[in-house]
Amino acid sequence: MMISGAEIVIRCLQEEKVDCVFGYPGGSVLHIYDALFRQDQVKHVLVRHEQAAVHAADAYSRSSQKVGVALVTSGPGVTNTVTGIATAYMDSIPMVVITGQVPTAYIGQDAFQECDTVGITRPCVKHNFLVKDVKDLAVTIKKAFHIAATGRPGPVVVDIPKDITAQMCAFDYPKTIQMRSYNPVVKGHLGQIKRALQILQEAKRPIIYAGGGVILSDAAEKLTQLARKLDFPVTNTLMGLGGYPATDKQFVGMLGMHGTFEANNAMHYSDVILAIGARFDDRVIGNPEHFCEEKRRVIHIDIDPSSISKRVKVDVPIVGNVADVLDELLKLMDGNFKTDPEVANWWKQIDEWRGRDSLRYKQDSHIMPQYVIEKLYEVTGGNAFVTSDVGQHQMFAAQYYKFDKPRRWINSGGLGTMGVGLPYGMGVLMANPGAQVACVTGEGSIQMCIQELSTCKQYGLPIKIINLNNGMLGMVRQWQEMFYSKRYSQSYVTSLPDFVKLAEAYGHVGMKIEKPEDVEPALRKAFTEHKDDLVFMDFIIDPVANVFPMVAAGKGLTEMILAEDL
Amino acid sequence: MRHIISILIENESGALSRVAGLFSARGYNIESLTVAPTEDPSLSRMTILTSGSDEVLEQITKQLNKLVDVVKVVDLSEAAHVERELMLIKVRATGKDREEMKRMADIFRGRIIDVTESTFVIELTGASSKLDSFISALDAGLILETVRTGVCGIGRGDRILKV
Repeated sequence: MMISGAEIVIRCLQEEKVDCVFGYPGGSVLHIYDALFRQDQVKHVLVRHEQAAVHAADAYSRSSQKVGVALVTSGPGVTNTVTGIATAYMDSIPMVVITGQVPTAYIGQDAFQECDTVGITRPCVKHNFLVKDVKDLAVTIKKAFHIAATGRPGPVVVDIPKDITAQMCAFDYPKTIQMRSYNPVVKGHLGQIKRALQILQEAKRPIIYAGGGVILSDAAEKLTQLARKLDFPVTNTLMGLGGYPATDKQFVGMLGMHGTFEANNAMHYSDVILAIGARFDDRVIGNPEHFCEEKRRVIHIDIDPSSISKRVKVDVPIVGNVADVLDELLKLMDGNFKTDPEVANWWKQIDEWRGRDSLRYKQDSHIMPQYVIEKLYEVTGGNAFVTSDVGQHQMFAAQYYKFDKPRRWINSGGLGTMGVGLPYGMGVLMANPGAQVACVTGEGSIQMCIQELSTCKQYGLPIKIINLNNGMLGMVRQWQEMFYSKRYSQSYVTSLPDFVKLAEAYGHVGMKIEKPEDVEPALRKAFTEHKDDLVFMDFIIDPVANVFPMVAAGKGLTEMILAEDL
Repeated sequence: MRHIISILIENESGALSRVAGLFSARGYNIESLTVAPTEDPSLSRMTILTSGSDEVLEQITKQLNKLVDVVKVVDLSEAAHVERELMLIKVRATGKDREEMKRMADIFRGRIIDVTESTFVIELTGASSKLDSFISALDAGLILETVRTGVCGIGRGDRILKV
C-alpha cells in the first residue's frame, strides 16, 4: 500500500513507540500535521515557541529512558530550535528533531522560510540528514533514532522537504539497522578492566568521580553496588547528581566550581580516581595544571573515546558503555577484592574535611535561597523531579536538594542555557504523568521562556515554579561583586512583572512569599491544596546571597572560597 | 609535528563540510585537504595534512572517528608511507627563459603540458618539499600562476586502508 511521506513520518514515530511529540506547525510541515491529525497514537504538545519544544523533548528524554521528539517548520522554526539542540548536544541527550524544509526544487533559491538546516545545526548535532527521496524517508528516521540513542547519545535532526511529505511510497520500517560507519563500542576491554581492578586494590586515597554517563547508561544501581563493595568515597558532577544516592554516607557531595569542601579536596588529594561517565570539565577540575600537580592514577570509563585523555591524562582508559563495564568490573571483583586498609585513614581525613560544613548558611530576616531548597526537599520528601534554569538558583538546587534517584535532576549542565526550566518541567510531566515537578528558577531565567505558562495551561501541567527572586541576575552579580569591584553592569533587573498577577493572567495560581516563616507553609499548600495546579511561587530572597564554596575561574580545586572566609 | 590523516568517508553531500567544520570548530589546522571518490563510488577518501602535538593528533583522530559518516581514519605518518602532491605551474617562457624553463622542468622531472608563444604550463609531481624547491629554483618574476592539489598519501606494503 502506498502512503504519503507525511504518513510515513507518523508511522515511523508509532513504530518507535513515540507517545508524545512537542512541536509547532508551519507551512513546510502542514502535510505532517495533517497526518498527525488523522491518528491518535502519537500525542502532540503545542508549545508557544519552538525553543521550548526542543527543551521539552530534551527533558522528556532526560526524565525517562525514551528518545524525545520535536517537530518544527522550516526557517525560523529551525533557527528557534538551535539553542535547544545545542543544549541537548552538550549534555548528550538522545533526541530526534524533525524539521520541515521548503520543497526540494526551491532549496538554495532563498525561498520563503528557507534556511540551511543541515548547515546551521551541523556543529551541535550528533548527526543530521536531509531527506531527498521519499524512498529513503523511513530508513533515515530509523537511523536517526538509532544514532540518537546508541553510543554516546545526542540529538539528531531530520530535515524533510515539503514535497517529500506529499509523495507516495510503500511503507516498510526496518527492524534493525546496520551502518558500516557507525558501530559504537559497548563492552569494555577486559584486559583494561583487570588492570583497573589491580589499581583499585592498591588505592590508598581513592575517589569515585561519577558523571552524567552513569545516568544516561542507567547504571546508578550498579554504581551503588560497586561503591559499597569498594568502600570508596563518591562524588558526582552536576550532571551526575542522582547517579549515586546523595543521602548515602559514602557520598561526599558535588565537586567542582561550587562543589563541597570535602569533594574538591578528596578529588585533588586522591591517589586513584575512578572516573565513570564524566569528562573532567573545566567547571569540575578547575585549573588543569593545578589539578595535575598531584601525582595520581586515573581510570576512566567512558563510551566516547574522545572524552578520554582530552583534558587530563588517563592511565587506564576503558571505552565502553558504563553499565556494561560496571557489570564486568563487579563480576571480576566478586570474592577476590580487598580494599587497602589505609583507606580507613583516608575516610578519617574526609570526615575532617566534612567537619568544615562548607554548605552552612544563616537564615536571618531575609529568605535565604538555600533555605527554600531545603524546605522544598522536605516538603517533597526528596521525591520530586527538579528542573532548573541556570545561575545561582541552579547551584543552590544542586547543593541542597539531595537526589537519591537518577533522572530526577533535570538541568542544562554543559551549555548552561537560561530558560530551560519551565519547558523542562513540561517534558518531565509528559514522560511522567502525575509526578511532582518543581522548577527552581530565578526572575531572570524564567522570563526567557515564560510564554510556556500558556502551554502548561492548555495541557494541565501542574509544575510548581520556585522563583528565587533576588531582583538580580544573581550569578553575574556574584562575579561582579567578587571580580569586578562591585561594578554591577546590567545585572540589576528593574521593571519586573508582578509574577502573581502574571501567573493568574495565564490562569494559574500565583503566590508571593516574603517572610522566612511563610516558606514552608506556602510550599506545603502548593504541593497539597494546589497539587493539580501550576503554582508560581515568587520567593523574595536575600538580594545579595552568594553561592559557596566557590573555585574562581582559573583557580585550583583546593583554592576554594568558603562562606566562612568572608 | 606534521601529520597526514587519511579518512574513508561515506560519499554523501555534506560529508566534506562535517570534516572541515570539525577542524574549524575545535581549532585544529588544515594545511591541505584533498578528496575524491574511491574505486567504490559510495566511499570518498580524504587526505588532510595537519600539524599539532601528540595530544592534539590523538583528539583529531578520535573526533574524526566520532563523525557518523566516517568509516575509517588512519594517521599515515605514524608508519611507512609514500606521499605525493601534484602542482601545475604556469611560467613566462620567452626568449632565453624558454630554454631555461624546459631545462628546469627536466631536472625536476616535470612535464610541459601546455605551450603558447609566451608561456608553459609545467606539471610536477612529488613530495611537497620537492614542489617547494622547484618554486624557489625559478625566478619569482617568471611564475604567473600555481595550483597544487595538496598532499595525498598511501601506506607502504601491507598497510591497507579499506572497508
